[in-house]
Amino acid sequence: MAGMTMSQKILAAHAGLSEVKAGQLIEADLDLVLGNDITSPVAIKEMEKFNSKGVFNKDKIALVPDHFVPNKDIKSAENCKCVREFAKRNSITNYFEVGQMGIEHALLPEKGLTVPGDLIIGADSHTCTYGALGAFSTGVGSTDMAAGMATGKAWFKVPSAIKFNLTGKLNEYVSGKDVILHIIGMIGVDGALYKSMEFTGEGVKELSMDDRFTIANMAIEAGGKNGIFPVDEKAIEYLKEHAPGKEYKIFEADPDAEYDEEYTIDLSALKSTVAFPHLPENTHTFDDIDDIKIDQVVIGSCTNGRIDDIRMAAKVLKGRKVAEGIRCIIIPATQAIYMQAMDEGLLKIFIEAGAVVSTPTCGPCLGGYMGILASGERCVSTTNRNFVGRMGATDSEIYLASPAVAAASAVTGKLSQPSDL
Amino acid sequence: MKEARGNVFKFGDNVDTDVIIPARYLNTTDHSELAAHCMEDIDKTFIQKVQKGDIIVANKNFGCGSSREHAPIAIKAAGVSCVIAETFARIFYRNSINIGLPIVECEEAAKEINEGDVVSINFDTGVITDETTGKSYQGQAFPPFMQKIIDSEGLVNYINAK
Ligand code: SF4
Repeated sequence: MAGMTMSQKILAAHAGLSEVKAGQLIEADLDLVLGNDITSPVAIKEMEKFNSKGVFNKDKIALVPDHFVPNKDIKSAENCKCVREFAKRNSITNYFEVGQMGIEHALLPEKGLTVPGDLIIGADSHTCTYGALGAFSTGVGSTDMAAGMATGKAWFKVPSAIKFNLTGKLNEYVSGKDVILHIIGMIGVDGALYKSMEFTGEGVKELSMDDRFTIANMAIEAGGKNGIFPVDEKAIEYLKEHAPGKEYKIFEADPDAEYDEEYTIDLSALKSTVAFPHLPENTHTFDDIDDIKIDQVVIGSCTNGRIDDIRMAAKVLKGRKVAEGIRCIIIPATQAIYMQAMDEGLLKIFIEAGAVVSTPTCGPCLGGYMGILASGERCVSTTNRNFVGRMGATDSEIYLASPAVAAASAVTGKLSQPSDL
Repeated sequence: MKEARGNVFKFGDNVDTDVIIPARYLNTTDHSELAAHCMEDIDKTFIQKVQKGDIIVANKNFGCGSSREHAPIAIKAAGVSCVIAETFARIFYRNSINIGLPIVECEEAAKEINEGDVVSINFDTGVITDETTGKSYQGQAFPPFMQKIIDSEGLVNYINAK
């Protein structure tokens, strides 16, 4: 039998099997079950239908109201209340109230809740983010979340994998976002459908943890089941800081693991990349971008609201002004990132530049609130989806880009890269 | 024998969960409220036209995007009896099985069936019949494990019965 991929090994270990193969259906034990203010209320309703009452383990559930909080309207307030009361009733350890919360996929790694070798499901598609730390994590729906909370188990179809061999080193102003947009442009929004995206190669060590989170985060935009990185020194450093004392297990792909496809990506050859409306695969580099006037810039989200991203935005905006008539909205993804940005003087740079800085929230990323687009408006956004109507009116447009590109565009009022300034 | 039969609504590639049920309606979990906005951002008239039992046929990667179970719930609550597509996004696929919305993958059927055709599907055999054109297709049958979840009308009942 052929060797196993990194993802397959984690699944096998959690299913109590010595080996698994692609396509096999398994039931596996979960290390963490996640939900937010949109998906948890549906799951909580489902929970009531189970014969067994209560949750499988109060420490292995994370509830993060982040999408429409601080509550944007009465209905959202009711949903958050439902989650809050459920957390209280079940003594959930990892419930994060406004004031402690952040965008779930930035928050959980920061809190040390996602470690290498873990098997994690979350009722949110970007749960795949934790692969940056060598965990198998994947998005599911609310019924899976309910079953996970009740039983501590979930069913999986063992995925095959695509291998991305990274070489070289990124140039200045080019980041993890450009890497993943480049890949999605190359393989398409269903290029990794049902599959693992396994990143490997000597280029990995050149990527910061925040770059890796960004890359793993958008595996779903290529249809991937999960994205996963090997656990190297940088990852271990991150864990020392964020999950001190927590045990974890490092899995490596077998040398003879089989992959459906293999790609080699030279990081040094990548350029700032932008995904045009209305699909993340519609990628362009500035070689073929004409004058595209914009109305709004959003820098934040579970994709690009981490400290590296906020620093990059500040580096570009420092001493500059947001162009007249452009709304520039900056949203640090967690309270800790917000605080760090404050300590480093970044918030001052933003406010002096004429940007607004918000408390952590998903807000405009999914067209919730805090920056909805009117008919015909265009936004350069560091978020992850540019579907029709995602951020507002159905004829508004979203251009997905890195923090560096978003910040440069805020200064010029049109789609730009830092070298245009 | 379980069957679905109805008129076809046809969609293209990459129908995402944001157009199936826009996020601005995700502040509710009420099924009929969700159904009232089903497909609104891709076809404003869908919800006025759809009849109980009707069938959605689409091309590649149907249901891509977010994990919102509100998407298959909205489709099911709108009265749709089955979705046929070339491929489904994986979270949508899982969610549909878990809530008991029948879905079938069949590339040929997805390509050839036209808007407005009358189509029937036999879930036991996976056979799709376009009654308008008279042509039949073999859809992908579910593995027994998933079939059991569907037969139990969702994951919750399946687990309770175990
Ligand atoms: S920031 Fe956007 S993509 Fe990320 S969890 Fe929130 S809504 Fe989803």
